[in-house]
Amino acid sequence: MTQSTAQSIEELTQTALGELVLLDNSEALEQWRVRYLGRRGGLTGILRGLSQLDIEQRREVGALGNRAKSTLEDELEKRSQEISQARLAQVADLERIDVTLPGRPVATGRLHPTTQVVREITDAFVAMGFSIVEGPEVEWDHYNFEMLNIPQGHPARDMWNTLWVDYVNEEGQRPMLLRTHTSPMQARVMESAQPPVRVIVPGKCYRYEATDATHEWHFYQVEGLAVDEGITFADLKGTLFEFARRLFGSERKVRFRCDYFPFVEPGVDMSIDCFSCQGTDSSCRICRGSGWIEIMGAGMVHPQVLAGVGYDAEKYTGFAFGLGPERIAMLKYGIDDIRHFYSNDLRFLRQF
Amino acid sequence: MQIPLSWLREYVDIDLPAHELAHRLTMAGVEVGEVTELGGWENCCVGQVMEVSPHPNADSLRLCRVNPGNDSEMEVVCGAPNVAAGQKICFARVGARLYNTHSERHETLKAARIRGVVSEGMICSELELGLGEGHEGIVVLPDDAPIGMALDDYLGDTILDLEVTPNRLDCFSVLGVAHEIGALTGKPVKVPEVRYQEDGPPITGQATVSVADPDLCPRYTASLIQGVKIGPSPQWLQDRLARAGLRPISNVVDVTNYVMLEFNQPLHAFDLDKVRDKTIIVRRAAPGEALETLDGVERELNTEVLVIADSRDPVGLGGVIGGANSEIGPSTTSVLLESATFNSYNNRRTADTFRLHTDASQRFEKGLRPELAPIALRRATQLIQEVAGGVIAQGIYDIYAGSEEPAPRVTLTLKRLKQILGMDVSVDQVEAVFQSLEFDTERVDETTVSVEPPYWRSDINIEEDLIEEVVRIIGYDNVPTTMLSTPIPYRQPAPMTELKARVKAALASVGLQETISYPLVSLEDLERVNCIAETSAPLRVANPMSAGHDHLRPTLLASLLGTLSYNEGHKEGPFRFFEQARVFLPRPNQLPDEREVAAGVISGLRSEPSWLVDNGPLDFFDVKGMLTSTLALLGLTPSWEPAAGEENPALHPGRAANIVCSGYKIGVLGELHPSIAERFDLRYRPATVFEIYLDDLLTLPAGSGRNFRSLTRFPSAHRDVALVVPEDVPAGKVQDILDRHRLVEKVELFDVYAGENLQPGMKSLAFHVYFQSSERTLTADEVNRTLDGLLRVLQREVGATLRD
Ligand SMILES: [Zn+2]
Repeated sequence: MTQSTAQSIEELTQTALGELVLLDNSEALEQWRVRYLGRRGGLTGILRGLSQLDIEQRREVGALGNRAKSTLEDELEKRSQEISQARLAQVADLERIDVTLPGRPVATGRLHPTTQVVREITDAFVAMGFSIVEGPEVEWDHYNFEMLNIPQGHPARDMWNTLWVDYVNEEGQRPMLLRTHTSPMQARVMESAQPPVRVIVPGKCYRYEATDATHEWHFYQVEGLAVDEGITFADLKGTLFEFARRLFGSERKVRFRCDYFPFVEPGVDMSIDCFSCQGTDSSCRICRGSGWIEIMGAGMVHPQVLAGVGYDAEKYTGFAFGLGPERIAMLKYGIDDIRHFYSNDLRFLRQF
Repeated sequence: MQIPLSWLREYVDIDLPAHELAHRLTMAGVEVGEVTELGGWENCCVGQVMEVSPHPNADSLRLCRVNPGNDSEMEVVCGAPNVAAGQKICFARVGARLYNTHSERHETLKAARIRGVVSEGMICSELELGLGEGHEGIVVLPDDAPIGMALDDYLGDTILDLEVTPNRLDCFSVLGVAHEIGALTGKPVKVPEVRYQEDGPPITGQATVSVADPDLCPRYTASLIQGVKIGPSPQWLQDRLARAGLRPISNVVDVTNYVMLEFNQPLHAFDLDKVRDKTIIVRRAAPGEALETLDGVERELNTEVLVIADSRDPVGLGGVIGGANSEIGPSTTSVLLESATFNSYNNRRTADTFRLHTDASQRFEKGLRPELAPIALRRATQLIQEVAGGVIAQGIYDIYAGSEEPAPRVTLTLKRLKQILGMDVSVDQVEAVFQSLEFDTERVDETTVSVEPPYWRSDINIEEDLIEEVVRIIGYDNVPTTMLSTPIPYRQPAPMTELKARVKAALASVGLQETISYPLVSLEDLERVNCIAETSAPLRVANPMSAGHDHLRPTLLASLLGTLSYNEGHKEGPFRFFEQARVFLPRPNQLPDEREVAAGVISGLRSEPSWLVDNGPLDFFDVKGMLTSTLALLGLTPSWEPAAGEENPALHPGRAANIVCSGYKIGVLGELHPSIAERFDLRYRPATVFEIYLDDLLTLPAGSGRNFRSLTRFPSAHRDVALVVPEDVPAGKVQDILDRHRLVEKVELFDVYAGENLQPGMKSLAFHVYFQSSERTLTADEVNRTLDGLLRVLQREVGATLRD
């Protein structure tokens, strides 16, 4: 009995292994497993008959059976891996697609380059504690000029060619205009709040000016103003230097030169060193060979402006600055003509 | 301002290269826009005409023997009428590159046979050398010009083109710039000395001068030169004017211009014999008076205009332009020379009124100091006698209303200097700066300096002006660089700025391209989009730059359709644009209401051409999907209500919806009205447009936006219902009724059907309805009862029945 049981186990093992090598897919493997190793499978059937044997024989044959079982299980696992390896080896051929075909189009929208640059500029100043405020695009002469130390008849008015609104008040004056800069918000902000003031004013401005490659009659400006006790020109230098580093890289150098705006004194113009040629190219298109690029006007708020809004001009000091996002964008992206910005040609807009 | 370096050198030594000088001036606030080198005249030198003889074959030409400096003489053919023996001239040898007046190009001079005579060179005119426009005659050099000297060395020059800011009036003059250079380089400045003999009779007996309106003319000075001979100026004077950009006219007039350029003071010369009763009265014009000005225009005057008049009529517009009636002419012999100070405000207004912005008015309107008037008067008097001869009358008129006022002084304390600049500057340093600028400087104490600015500076009025002088001379690089150390103020909330940023980002994220267009449009533009404001006309610009941009837009639609039609011209679709900008709604006697709007236009095929996509035209529901996502990104779930046609005249009357949140209209969406698409000749139809009113979004009642809903751990149950409703019942209405039940979590419309198996006039709407509670698992019974209840409501409100 022992002999024949052992023999049956051996035969079954050989038969099973003989079949196994012929199998080539996972379903067949599963059927094979059920047939030989399942609860009603061959090996289980043989071993079930052990109960009729005595203990000694039972142990002997049981060990034999268990060895056969683990042999079959090991071989099954091996075969199963061989099959999946073989299938994976073929998957490239079976499931290949032409990856050079174009992707499925997805609609994308972009923000206008001016919007992007205005955002970059305001982010830089917000990080230095400035709040964003906005003001009306249609302004009174009072805020656009008078409160900025540019009274009627001041020769500096020629610096801002103005588009006037066709509105005449009871005194026969024409006091309404399209703001020529975002500076009117200096007065509006200070009128409505006591120091400390630290604001940044982005917005559209307008000038009565013929357009060319560097001039637009409609453009953006970002104005800045900081007023408190103890604010100095040295702080203005530091703030604008930090701004230049954030926008144009940490290795940037800045330079200040004297300039004139009626609402600041002293007044300056800030340049950065040329990021394109570092001053090494005498025919550089960006800096025109000078090595420096003018970025913005700035200065210490004129005491007349502070007094005009009711601040104590002996106690409080401050600085103001203004810059043009289009110019910054033109420098950053190498745009050669400002007229591209507001003609809304998709071929231009889609590049940003 | 064109300032020749050769002229500057008369007053101050300059040993810096021109570009370095330009840089120093620019950094100090006197911007040099361009530096132009005059010269490059190779093979040209100073020559002398030794002999002039007729040309054997041509009456209009002469043969000249020229000594070019090496004792050899050369024969030259010359056609200029003014050539004469003994003259020093500009001689060009063969090989020189000159402007050829026939070919109008620069060409290399070759030996040429002119009417049978070989010309070995050329005697040059201004035009040929690029010195000016003159071509009628040759350039005649002063007698002391050294024969043989290279022309570059003798005539070469550098012109600084200054872009002077309105405050630095002093730098509109050569001497003013010389003073600036003196301060920057430490070199002394030599102001020309004025000395002349007054050999004539007293001026008071020859002419009468009075000022009737001293408020408009604080100082009036005048001198008299009799027996002058009017003629062309000497070459040096003509050259200087030409290089500074002014055209020489005649000796007396040229001197007035010369001294204006030199000292900044505009002067005017009257022919005294043309002045009635030899009497000058400075007064406001009388009503009805008129004057023909030197430019030949007859001008009606008003009583705010200051005139220089004789005993009866105006003879000049004070500080702006002279009158034709008293003009210096070839026969003039008596010159009454005026050097005055005019009220800057009135001067500017007069110049504006007549659109006459002259060299004189541009100086007066910026506020010249009255101290300058007699200084320039004497300088010009002397020069007129030098170049036009004559006898100078004894004494001058000097009528000075402000002569009693003390000279203005400005005080600077080191404390204020430090408060503004953030650095210490020693009192010695401050004093040194002011002295270099030739300010009259007085040390009040160890921390206070008081100065009187010199007569050429009219821009120093307050302490901060002095601080700027200090910092611009010591250099901005010497100021420390510090970060703001004052406390950061509370952040101002900027809800609209933030909303705009979010809306733009959301619209871009659903595939729309941002555009920015001009806010000024024409009435025709507005009419083309059926935006005809009957109640309030859009605001007009009084001085528009073009007829196409003269009204402040009350809608973004016209601009967007312009953008669409422009891009259709050179690109295939799809077109998906938006713009976020302000529209301007007029209000009586107030600034307009500026309202923030986001608007868009969408047209073309749904997708870029692709092998994958079944491509139909972008339509209403594409855009509605975009807006649904956009608003969802803002936390809003609006309802879409059919809009009446007259409410939105730009939209298709049957395909327009109001976008409503919490009962407030926050925008519109619709297909563009077919007639408008026709007018814009749009290639792709339909075009769908939308507007979102950001001010209305911002003022929505609290709670309209996103509310966090806790994630429930209880399962949801779902039922599909197909409802039959009359065709005119909007799907949105049915959905809303389902949606508003508290146990309904989500409703999805998955099928719309009309046709076979349905009664005419009816349609079927099929929904997935999801039920969920945050408190418990709903039983099947609860769900069914809820649904039954909803069906009864639907039956009652919209006549819905379950489809079999
Ligand atoms: Zn460069």
